[in-house]
Amino acid sequence: MLKINKTTDAGKVNISLEGRLDTVTSPELEAELKETMDGISELTLDFAALDYVSSAGLRVLLAAQKTMMNQGTMKIVNVNEVVMEIFEVTGFTDILKIEP
Amino acid sequence: MKEMTIAARIESIPTVTAFVEEQLEKLDCSRKAQIQIAVAVDEIFSNIARYAYGPEGGEATVRVETEKDPAAVVIAFIDHGRPFDPLAKPDPDLMLGPEERNIGGLGIYLVKKTMDDVHYEYSGGQNILTIRKQIS
Repeated sequence: MLKINKTTDAGKVNISLEGRLDTVTSPELEAELKETMDGISELTLDFAALDYVSSAGLRVLLAAQKTMMNQGTMKIVNVNEVVMEIFEVTGFTDILKIEP
Repeated sequence: MKEMTIAARIESIPTVTAFVEEQLEKLDCSRKAQIQIAVAVDEIFSNIARYAYGPEGGEATVRVETEKDPAAVVIAFIDHGRPFDPLAKPDPDLMLGPEERNIGGLGIYLVKKTMDDVHYEYSGGQNILTIRKQIS
């Protein structure tokens, strides 16, 4: 289960995720991001209520990072300890802008 | 020992995860270990769903066993598909930047890093991938 909550303010988009970003739910975020990222300059992903992320979710985050690199910035905020460890183990802490 | 056999499809993952979590809830399992095991289940079962069988599909069995001293959970994923050792893949290059980064192999790498033991064997026409994790 994944809940996606989006707020937009003048080219700045905040997406907060609740639940699990895994094989089953990642396509939902991928679709939402595809729709959202067109023409925006700032993307913030709020992980405060996210339980975990698997490699399927990492793939979507990597693709979003690649898109946003060309048009603005992307950051991930409120990352819990377990998700942070997943980012560290996979080297994603070097690729993504992450705030704990 | 508890086990379930289910269609080897992506749609089965939530059912498999719920089954494993139900077993873990009976044990004194840390939240962190629970989450790491849930991620491992997602990685391994999605691999089986994608690669074990052709278009005709097939089934997979997930078996959960527990150990004492130290407390640990052992989960075996069994399918009858084509022989495939996911552990044989080289680990991904973590030094690459976002442009060059390829996501392939990251899931199994994550499993290797977060579980205490990961073991593969092909025996009696079955792929058997076993993970072991200490839970307290």
